[in-house]
Amino acid sequence: MPGESTVRTITGLLRKGVRREGLPFAAASAHGREADAPFHTKAFRKFLSAVAARESPVLVDLGPVVGSNVSYIGERLGCKIFVEDLYADLEGHVRQGRAAAFGEFLKGRLTQADGSVDGILCWDFFDYLDRQAAAALARELTRLLAPGGALLGFFATVGQPRPFYTKYAIVNDREMRPRPYAATRGRQPVWLNRDIIRMFDRLLVSDSFLLQVSIREILFRKPSTTTAARPGA
Amino acid sequence: MWKRDEGVRPTGASGSLPGSTSVGSDITARGNHEPSRHLERDTVNIGKSVVIKGELSGSEDLVIEGQVEGKIELRQNVLTIGPNGKIKAQVFAKSIIVLGEVVGNITASEKVDIRENGSVEGDLVSPRVAIAEGAHFRGSIDMQRSPARPGAETKPEGKAAAAASAPRA
Repeated sequence: MPGESTVRTITGLLRKGVRREGLPFAAASAHGREADAPFHTKAFRKFLSAVAARESPVLVDLGPVVGSNVSYIGERLGCKIFVEDLYADLEGHVRQGRAAAFGEFLKGRLTQADGSVDGILCWDFFDYLDRQAAAALARELTRLLAPGGALLGFFATVGQPRPFYTKYAIVNDREMRPRPYAATRGRQPVWLNRDIIRMFDRLLVSDSFLLQVSIREILFRKPSTTTAARPGA
Repeated sequence: MWKRDEGVRPTGASGSLPGSTSVGSDITARGNHEPSRHLERDTVNIGKSVVIKGELSGSEDLVIEGQVEGKIELRQNVLTIGPNGKIKAQVFAKSIIVLGEVVGNITASEKVDIRENGSVEGDLVSPRVAIAEGAHFRGSIDMQRSPARPGAETKPEGKAAAAASAPRA
């Protein structure tokens, strides 16, 4: 049985006349429908622009390796990409019953130097983390990011009816194709916008888009001076 | 299917290794081997029973189905790690195709191609990289057009080593 929020989302989208590919793939998957239709992204293009403007950019990709993404990003930006696949690390922890220790594990997981990374692709990894692990990772990512660097994250706005991870294959700078794959533990409770912003309190929200596929994509930038405070703080 | 079996039979290089499947010397592919009948011209095949420890260099295309530990240099040629190939080495070649397993850093002047079921654990440096669905990769990919910035060091083998070598800002 789909959750009430899922039903409400589908109903809302149908009312707006959204095509099938506009359905949240979480909901589509729950109903046994094809869940890998491309969806439109608005922030990815801005992320690419931000990174492309930097000399010999360095990227960190927190997701599993997707060959087409490597080719697309690498050949377009001529950059260096660290593929870290934290999803695999999380899956390992969950299977071994050590999910609670994942936050501690994350503190030493990324070994790049401080301020050495120009762009970070988080995909939807934060959706799978509890608060402690998410805070630990956010601190680490903030540490890695160079002043002026960009961080792109996807945050689901609806729950997940059954556990799966998603690979995001870049179709072009405006489209992504989600490819769900097996997960032992699903997403954790949906992040509120204010919690996301608090988590990255040393970064600035450059752009935030609520997509029709029930994803909020947020592009963060690290201010040139690390002492810059969050607006309104 | 018999052709497949013949294709992985030790030929050329393996036949030239006297009495043992393991060597520790510098090996030059050129002139030492009769090219495999089943491969294209100027291609040498190292069979799956061959183990090489040391440096391997040459100026012919090479297919490795065996095991190599150390260093492989084919700066002007294509290196193919076959499905049975297991490499634990630094690899330099013009173009590298991985169908087997590689642990170590790979540098290619043209392209690295990790095929389905191929596995690489190490850092890639190449202007073009193709990684097929189903391939395993762990490490970094450097497709930079200019020399890398200091400070964005790749991780060496262990986290402790990485932490020790990575400069802090």
